[in-house]
Amino acid sequence: MAPALLGHHVLAFLSAASPGQAAAAPAHSTEGGNNWMIEYLSDSHTLEIQPFGAIDLPQFPPVRFLGMTIDLSLTKDLVFLWLAAFIVSLALILIARRKQRNLVPRGWQNVIEVVIVFVRDEIIMPTVGREGVKFLPFLLTVFFFILTCNLLGLVPNFSTPTGNINVTAGLALIAFIVIQGAGIAKHGLAGYFRGLVPPGIPVFIIPVMAVVEFIGLFTKPFALTVRLFANMTAGHIVIFSLVGLIFLFKTVAVAPVSIAFALFIYFMEIMIGVIQAYIFTILTSLFIGLAVHQEH
Amino acid sequence: MLPQGLAYLAAGIGAALAVVGAAFGIGKLTAATMEASGRQPEIAGDVRTSMIISAALIEGVTLFAEVICIILAIK
Repeated sequence: MAPALLGHHVLAFLSAASPGQAAAAPAHSTEGGNNWMIEYLSDSHTLEIQPFGAIDLPQFPPVRFLGMTIDLSLTKDLVFLWLAAFIVSLALILIARRKQRNLVPRGWQNVIEVVIVFVRDEIIMPTVGREGVKFLPFLLTVFFFILTCNLLGLVPNFSTPTGNINVTAGLALIAFIVIQGAGIAKHGLAGYFRGLVPPGIPVFIIPVMAVVEFIGLFTKPFALTVRLFANMTAGHIVIFSLVGLIFLFKTVAVAPVSIAFALFIYFMEIMIGVIQAYIFTILTSLFIGLAVHQEH
Repeated sequence: MLPQGLAYLAAGIGAALAVVGAAFGIGKLTAATMEASGRQPEIAGDVRTSMIISAALIEGVTLFAEVICIILAIK
């Protein structure tokens, strides 16, 4: 089981190694290693199915829109993003249908219902309160989508959509719109921005506080972006480096050690995938709570 | 020493320092949480939630530092 799972990383290392050396002989070995790693972690236009070859994804000419050039070609991460969206919607719609027919949960329905109750009672209730239940569908979608994306990266040959900073930035942008929308819907546009500065502070601090709080609005989604991206990428870098040690030392003797460590990190990645989905959800919920209850 | 070598050294030291800070912070945080839930087991759930949020914020700052170090190393 273990070599089969890790084969993905070894094969990625090998396949990335050969074109890198053929294209340009690196000046010293560290540079070559960097190129393999960047190639492995970055998005590409080919879909690798490693023992059998690779598929070139269709590419479209860039579209010019409002002075920007937008390349709408398919990429590896996009394919798995769609796959994650398909899995999540299929699984959850089927389970919701079954719930309408039969109220007594059965099989997978139990697992999903446990998560739904957990998100409602342990994430929304302590952070937003009872009025936050209207954000339950949004937060559940975020949770299940990020969880699926994180776990897809652990399947051999698949890429991690959340290991691409553009994807996490998009998710954080949606979270940002929902957070600000929740605050503005509760307090009104003027009331919301007036409420950013806590009442009862000396007058001369108010301009400074207003600037700090306004910047604070944008650092929150930025932190969400970088946290998810860095956590997902870091695990892959560590597994890649551990397996890469075998090729670095050019001996099979280090293989048992590095495979054992890589397997440990691999299982830790499963845990991190769940925890990061949870953290993204609870932080979004917390920020919604901060926007809705400005008096705190 | 070459400037490039110095840059690699700076990236390594920076990454290590960021991890030391984060480990110290999260260690203190977890110790306090354990102590609190030991004293009052009935509030363990609330305390754990606050701990996870604080740990995530500490981790976020650390990851900024790590990303800067990685950018420095692979540039």
